[in-house]
Amino acid sequence: MSDVIDRPILEKEATAATRLRIVDCDIHPSLHSRADLNEFLPKRWQEHLKTYGDHLRTPYIGTTPYPRSSPIICRRDAWPPTGGPPGSDLAFMRKQHLDPYDVEFGILQVLDLFIFSQQNLEFGAAIQRAINEWQLAFWAHRDPRLRASILVGQDDTVAALAEIDRCARTGEYIQINISPRANEPLGRRRYWPIYERAQELGLPLGIHVGGYGGHAPTGGGWPSYYCEEHQSNAHTMAAQLASLVIEGVPERFPALKIVFIEGGFGWIASAMWRMDQHFARFRSEVPHLKRRPSEYVKEHFWFTTQPIDEPDEAKHLRQLIEWVGIERLLFSSDYPHWDYDDARFAFKTPLTEVERKKIFSTNARAVYKL
Amino acid sequence: MARHVVARTSEIPPGGNKVVDIEGRDIVVFHVNGAFFALLNRCPHEGAPPDKAACVARLTSPEPGVYNRSRVGEMLRCPWHGWEFDMRDGQSWFDPKRFKVRSYPVVVESGEELVEGMAKGPYVAETFPVVVEDSYVIVET
Amino acid sequence: MAVTRIDCDIHPAVGGTRTTLLPYLDDHWKEQVVSRAIDGLDLTSYPPNMPLSGRPDWRPKGGKPGSDLGMVQKGAFDQLGASHAICNVLYGAQAVYDPYMASAFCKAINDWIAAEWLSADSRLRASIVVPMQAPDLAVEEIERRAGDSRFVSILVLAQGETLLGRRHFWPVYQAAEKYQLPLAIHAGSAYRFAPSSIGWPSHRYEYYFVEAQAFQAQILSLIYEGVFGKFPNLKVVLMESGVTWLPAFMWRANKTWRGVRVEVPWVEREPALIIRDHIRVTMQPFDAPPDRTGVEDVVDQIGSDKMFLFASDYPHWQFDGDDAIPPHLPQHIVSRMCVDNPLETFPRLKLAA
Repeated sequence: MSDVIDRPILEKEATAATRLRIVDCDIHPSLHSRADLNEFLPKRWQEHLKTYGDHLRTPYIGTTPYPRSSPIICRRDAWPPTGGPPGSDLAFMRKQHLDPYDVEFGILQVLDLFIFSQQNLEFGAAIQRAINEWQLAFWAHRDPRLRASILVGQDDTVAALAEIDRCARTGEYIQINISPRANEPLGRRRYWPIYERAQELGLPLGIHVGGYGGHAPTGGGWPSYYCEEHQSNAHTMAAQLASLVIEGVPERFPALKIVFIEGGFGWIASAMWRMDQHFARFRSEVPHLKRRPSEYVKEHFWFTTQPIDEPDEAKHLRQLIEWVGIERLLFSSDYPHWDYDDARFAFKTPLTEVERKKIFSTNARAVYKL
Repeated sequence: MARHVVARTSEIPPGGNKVVDIEGRDIVVFHVNGAFFALLNRCPHEGAPPDKAACVARLTSPEPGVYNRSRVGEMLRCPWHGWEFDMRDGQSWFDPKRFKVRSYPVVVESGEELVEGMAKGPYVAETFPVVVEDSYVIVET
Repeated sequence: MAVTRIDCDIHPAVGGTRTTLLPYLDDHWKEQVVSRAIDGLDLTSYPPNMPLSGRPDWRPKGGKPGSDLGMVQKGAFDQLGASHAICNVLYGAQAVYDPYMASAFCKAINDWIAAEWLSADSRLRASIVVPMQAPDLAVEEIERRAGDSRFVSILVLAQGETLLGRRHFWPVYQAAEKYQLPLAIHAGSAYRFAPSSIGWPSHRYEYYFVEAQAFQAQILSLIYEGVFGKFPNLKVVLMESGVTWLPAFMWRANKTWRGVRVEVPWVEREPALIIRDHIRVTMQPFDAPPDRTGVEDVVDQIGSDKMFLFASDYPHWQFDGDDAIPPHLPQHIVSRMCVDNPLETFPRLKLAA
């Protein structure tokens, strides 16, 4: 790892010969103000949003349960000069991120209002529709590089299916998103109608970290610190991988592609080994599984790369990559969050040109049919 | 070694900074606790710009729940991943030997000294009009 | 008995509260247990009849795996080749809600293991089962056993009522450090919370899988709450946790700490260094990569040959055959993990090598 970068700053790091247009699988646009949703909301829900507002299983109205290490979890240099929070200004997003990094496609992940976890299900349904429409009107229609995802609250299956169908008819959304912190583990049968529909529509299922499912971030209770809670996101994703595989989701829906977003990828190898190790012992509990768990992972799951792992030795990062498989990895920046990965510098281990192209472009293009 | 006049001292208020281009490098000059410090405006981790860093106290603790603060405003928390760097010498908190931001010596001189002491150069004055009544921040590369 | 191989994790089984433990309860608890039929406290984590809970050749006829001393001796010593073994009793005393019942049952378990196991076979040692429901009562139980050097560690479950780093547990660690008792965190849950952040799983297979994440959360809690700063001589042993998740976990902890250190300024070193100094791990299950190179790479990534402890996890069914050592382990690991590392980790073993 280089410890001092001293050479003159260049506008674009890569030379023309090695220039790569990238697919960024995790960009977070944000509302400039909640009022921006009003044009997509019936009057009743405009009022509700202003008055009762969010109803989430978390102690505070105005902030996350664990205060972040920087204001609203964002990079300090990502606040647009025109005002508004990071990610709220398209022109600034273009200038700071989309243009200099040569983003060919940027896949939107909206966390505002956490629609997946709203306790008032009717309100959640209204908000999810508004957010899905806002993604198109404010973002995808204004910049063709940006692609929207169908966000649905997974705990109200009926409303979720209706919204999926409504959005799918437009042909403008490239995946269906649910939260990994839901009422129940995502492998549970109550969520299967969503997976069935995703498979029918040929849309990947995207699962982005976050959510307020009502469970403690760990099996042993509530942590005291953001340091702990931040890392618990990786644990959540590992648990969901096991739930989906072991309950038999990929077995039942063999054409379904599942993308884990913002979980990183360092934990995946040991998760596969652990599931495989104990498969024989628990085989009789899960006769519906026809294959070893790692086989399901290697055929049905993809993982965005941020936050990238940072071992001290480059060869260890290389090992992590090879264990999960180059084919499984989709580059993501997480712009504009604080633990953002810079496409130029995040991979501190050599990659061949072919490998770089897969991770930064062709894998995602195949999964999302771009 | 080249000396570059980069700012009037009055341009950079206490707690503030200015980013200047010196020979193709972005260099950020901070003003804190009566002194000026200059660093390459690029974090060694993934290239973030320290000029947007949070300037905080040096924080240590002998035991849980006790927060000892010193040198308030002289530690930079990188605007992206929060790595802490000492403004004075660019060294990282968590591994000062292996990770640092390049730092540059800074001196403050009066306009009078600059105008009369041209022998101290060579210095790049054309980027900056110098008048004898002001003080100037000079970065040495 | 010369020490050649210390099995750091075997499981004698409590037959029942009304049977095994009754003689070790005082008159009040005897009456409660009998008149209210208080029993059946096998942890949901380990239903006795599930395959993992007992390898077929380690199941006595008509009894829980691990309930027959003679069979355990044959298995752990004769068959698997240990010279000494540490008994970790997994029974629901640790999960009981009533703190006084928990305390009474934990005491009974420790009295029983001392009287009927440790006294019957000088090769056996045990962890002190403690009621973490009430840390002051846990300290009392530790004080009660401190003078008996056959008790070599303190046993807690990987998933309890609150994360283990929290302040109200610190008197327990103070006592642990004072008496040179490492804190042994063993797989198992008191089921106060869903076993992971995603909710309640359908299958035990899923539950068992997420135990690994529970251990990781406990390590983070101990580190970030500052337990190792306050108790610099405290060691923590992860038992039946899995091993190969360690490297990615350590790197992610370092990554987070570097950026968010201001939250926990009393953590003065990066988490991976603290882990290598203070955390030890039993070898079964290992959760190995499929090939020798992979195993060597993971061991290299973990970066310490002092962390590994030999264990069979008898009678849990983690492997077939007579060799409890995970395949492909580099020799420098194998040579340390059977004697040297256990002796360093459990100072009260005091066995001449």
